[in-house]
Amino acid sequence: MMHHLVQLAYLVATVLFVFSLHGMNDPKTARRGVRAGILAMALAIAATWAQPSITHHGWILAAIIAGIAVGIPLSKVPLTAVPQRTAISHAFGGLAAGLVGTAKFVLWSVYEPEELSQFRMAAIVLEVLLGFLTVTGSLMAAGKLQEVKWIPQRPVTYPFQNVSNIGLLALAVLFGVLLVLNPTGPGAGFLFAGVILLALAFGVLLIIPIGGADMPTVISILNSYAGLSAVAMGFVLDNKLLITAGALDGASGLILSIMMCRAMNRSFTNVLFGAFGQVQAVAVDSEVRHYKSETIEGAAQVLEQASLVVIIPGYGLAVAQAQHRVRELYDQLTKAGITVKFAIHPVAGRMPGHMNVLLAEAEIPYSDLIEMDEINADMPQCDVALVIGANDVVNPAARSVKSSPIYGMPIIDADKAKTVFAIKRSKSPGFAGIDNELYFQDRTFMLFGDAKAVVGELAKHLAGGDGH
Amino acid sequence: MGLNKEGIVGLLLLADATSTAEIATKHAVASVDYWSLLFVFAMASLLGFGVIVRVSRLLHTPLMSLTNAISAIAVVGSIIVTGHEDYPLGIRILGAIALFASMTNVVSGFLITDRMLKMFKQPGGSGESKR
Repeated sequence: MMHHLVQLAYLVATVLFVFSLHGMNDPKTARRGVRAGILAMALAIAATWAQPSITHHGWILAAIIAGIAVGIPLSKVPLTAVPQRTAISHAFGGLAAGLVGTAKFVLWSVYEPEELSQFRMAAIVLEVLLGFLTVTGSLMAAGKLQEVKWIPQRPVTYPFQNVSNIGLLALAVLFGVLLVLNPTGPGAGFLFAGVILLALAFGVLLIIPIGGADMPTVISILNSYAGLSAVAMGFVLDNKLLITAGALDGASGLILSIMMCRAMNRSFTNVLFGAFGQVQAVAVDSEVRHYKSETIEGAAQVLEQASLVVIIPGYGLAVAQAQHRVRELYDQLTKAGITVKFAIHPVAGRMPGHMNVLLAEAEIPYSDLIEMDEINADMPQCDVALVIGANDVVNPAARSVKSSPIYGMPIIDADKAKTVFAIKRSKSPGFAGIDNELYFQDRTFMLFGDAKAVVGELAKHLAGGDGH
Repeated sequence: MGLNKEGIVGLLLLADATSTAEIATKHAVASVDYWSLLFVFAMASLLGFGVIVRVSRLLHTPLMSLTNAISAIAVVGSIIVTGHEDYPLGIRILGAIALFASMTNVVSGFLITDRMLKMFKQPGGSGESKR
């Protein structure tokens, strides 16, 4: 009877998880979705805990309380740090999968060797491999995002990097295959430890050559791995709830990584093994070119005359903490009857959708956050395109210059606007290390300075102008 | 398949397949009905793709934190390993660490998702004329 009740609870939880994700179709229903998810989780935990074979309640309680104690502060990080938090939670997810897989392996191989079938062994190998490589990979990604000192920000490359990385993975897979062929054979323990160590090492080496601009893709891939490791845990424990919930997460991570790859016109393999940072070395030996700069006053005057202003934010906006100043500018412009839209490139932030969250925090209505494909249709009617802290995502070289490393990447057509203002802290090139043609065209004017200060000044000028 | 005595769950063939497998395991240990598990995986993945592609692009960051929380369903496995009456101490310690890690994801995942979603506001008040 108990078995059926538990299975029923798991079934209801699965349905609720699907509803939960379905709610994310629309910001209006999304919070309801979260509540469905919480209910499902509570149900699953209660049903599992209530099983008669679970007797060490103190242990469970202690671990849950510790988890809550760490989880609450982790949920209060600033929104600019959400990518790091996400990476850390992928690491935790991988750790849980890896440890449960290890525990079951030890348990079965020591106490019940007859239980350790080849299917289970294969599932454990998969769980442990994905779990532990997600742990170190995600921690490295989190370190890079948090700009921890001893983790290099720039992609690190060395000779035979791809060969050695793939070799390492191949070795781990070989160990896994040997284990599956003979789960309880001699040396199984050593092979298993080998799989764990190789997975941990592979996770580190996989992330070392990846730079900041590729983080949205990498985080999504790690998300997928964390989900798949939960699926593998489901296979190990013969638990369908783990399989369904893990598969939902795996599917989500996979879709997001495909979207991110498309947004950068790159393939999976290219992201993971392409070492984007390498192009840094290829300096363009063009003649010294000159930017046209504009004063705040001049820019404010042009903005006042506009009827459609499109703001194109990049990660530089978040780095400069300029979101709230942007909101002030948005208020001043809309007050003057000017239509303001935000053009959001899929990789504008450090994880999928990051820029939307940063702007939503500044209370910019989400209906004015327009995705790239949609806004590009409006760009020829746009009077002023204001580029804040973005570079590669508005670089027309992506359309025309075949030799450019960003060639083929879909961009926001800022160059089609009647006037372009670009706020830039320095005259240095962007992430990809490429000169931006946009900045040199006739209708583009540079506003040099810190994004927060420049946008604040602009808003102030517009406010002053309104009063008179 | 024993549909008649399954009652509520009876209609659900997949759930039924499990219980059949459960009964089978009592006779022959280590015989998991892994085909039904693989079926569930395939169907859940397809369902996942169908649901996720419809998610608003605005909400991709909250989506990721929500799926983080959902995949922290690993708590279920961790609870079993931590609290099982027959498991030795060392195993339960591994389980407790896993439970701690996945519980952290449950709590922080749901809380931060809700915190972010609260920020997505519809236009209103400031007199906009846009759609």
